[in-house]
Amino acid sequence: MSEEKGWREIPRGGMILEPGNARKYETGSWRTFKPVVDFNKCIHCLFCWIYCPESAIIVKENKMSGFDLAHCKGCGICAKECPKKAIEMVKEEK
Amino acid sequence: MPKIIARTGDDAVAEAMRQINPDVVVAYPITPQTEIVQFFSEFVAQGRVKTEFICPESEHSAMSACIGASAAGGRVMTATSSQGLAYMWELLYIASSYRLPIVMPVVNRALSGPINIHCDHSDTMGARDSGWIQIFSENVQESYDNTIQAIRIAEHKDVLLPVMVTLDGFIISHAMERFEMLDDEVVQRFTGEYKPEYSLLDKEHPITYGPLQLFDYYMEQKRQQHEVMKSVAGIVLEVAKDFEKISKRKYGLFEEYKMDDAELGIVVLGSSAGTAKTVVDMLRKEGVRAGLLKIRVFRPFPAAEIASSLSHLKAIAVLDRSDTFGGLGGPVFEEICGALFNYQFPDGCRIPVVNYIYGLGGRDINLDHIKKVYMDLAEIVQTGKIKELVQYLGVRE
Repeated sequence: MSEEKGWREIPRGGMILEPGNARKYETGSWRTFKPVVDFNKCIHCLFCWIYCPESAIIVKENKMSGFDLAHCKGCGICAKECPKKAIEMVKEEK
Repeated sequence: MPKIIARTGDDAVAEAMRQINPDVVVAYPITPQTEIVQFFSEFVAQGRVKTEFICPESEHSAMSACIGASAAGGRVMTATSSQGLAYMWELLYIASSYRLPIVMPVVNRALSGPINIHCDHSDTMGARDSGWIQIFSENVQESYDNTIQAIRIAEHKDVLLPVMVTLDGFIISHAMERFEMLDDEVVQRFTGEYKPEYSLLDKEHPITYGPLQLFDYYMEQKRQQHEVMKSVAGIVLEVAKDFEKISKRKYGLFEEYKMDDAELGIVVLGSSAGTAKTVVDMLRKEGVRAGLLKIRVFRPFPAAEIASSLSHLKAIAVLDRSDTFGGLGGPVFEEICGALFNYQFPDGCRIPVVNYIYGLGGRDINLDHIKKVYMDLAEIVQTGKIKELVQYLGVRE
């Protein structure tokens, strides 16, 4: 998460003046379970990419290639929707 | 040249709005504000303003649309009374926290229940902590003058806050008085053009108003709002000085009437100040050193300045046209007590301060009522004793 600012520094009225800066808010810290993919089972159908509410599925050359753990909240929707049960939710170790 | 004419308060405020010629007016009619909307809608129909005039289905929608229009960068006005203001409640806080310079004349009327259409200040006093600047008017002239000045105060780059201009329901809104209307061009030169720093419609510079702020940022936001209110007094005085140049009428944060050598003082706001001034004049002829302080800017409350002005008195009565039901007294009384408590008296003296709740639901307040208040103060000074801290004026026992 970006550094918290004091009241003198924040924009008037809490306005957001920079579009797309929500990506600076790293919701990955909310996670209790993290997704782990088994590429032996994955068929790259990209259902996980379609369903992920945080756009946290990383796709390279049209193939599922992992998770953006800085933003993944660990909701488990990808694991639930995966038709091949290739994603497992594993408890985060401290 | 200013025109001297006879007009009601609502009529004069509608004329001010015509001269201001806002980009957007969204207003829902409610007694006793109705004529403001009625007269203004005529100006729209006659093509005398370029305003986009929206008739919403409620005050909740009126203030919502004002917020949207103001965030889009428009000069925006509305007007309301009583239940209408109450129905805007949640949006009032949003308008001020987004720092939107909306100007809203509020024609003071008692809040239900029981349902009542006449004047008291319970509506705007209830909204005193909503983050709006509140300016009270004594008569038709002040209602007009304050409406025009409110535009400059609200839109000042160091302020950018919404402003309520109040006028007492029926007493000012429907009573015809002599009033001087400035020339259209003079008002338009005074108000100038509003150049918003941001606009929701500016697609080259996209912005977001009103994002979620939880425990991590909400408190910084409120602290910022608290701070900006502190700069308002200086801007109000600066705008008043400019307004004096075009009108030859002086305005401050409050008005002192025969206060210099006064011993007994009344603090009051709204139309009753006029009645009280007459009583001061009568008492002065009898040799009573009576004075009066009329609050113009209630939010932000000029605590130190008012306490300093009252500091030489021997006894003070605060007149409140609304009640707090369970508070120490009326809302003005509480502010005055707080201001005096924190004032550094050189000799550590403590002035007796009493409170009178009056005029609820339009109950008349006359010269005798106010004279009685001064007589009570004289007795307090003589005996050194306060019989009753908070009293009702003009109520049947």
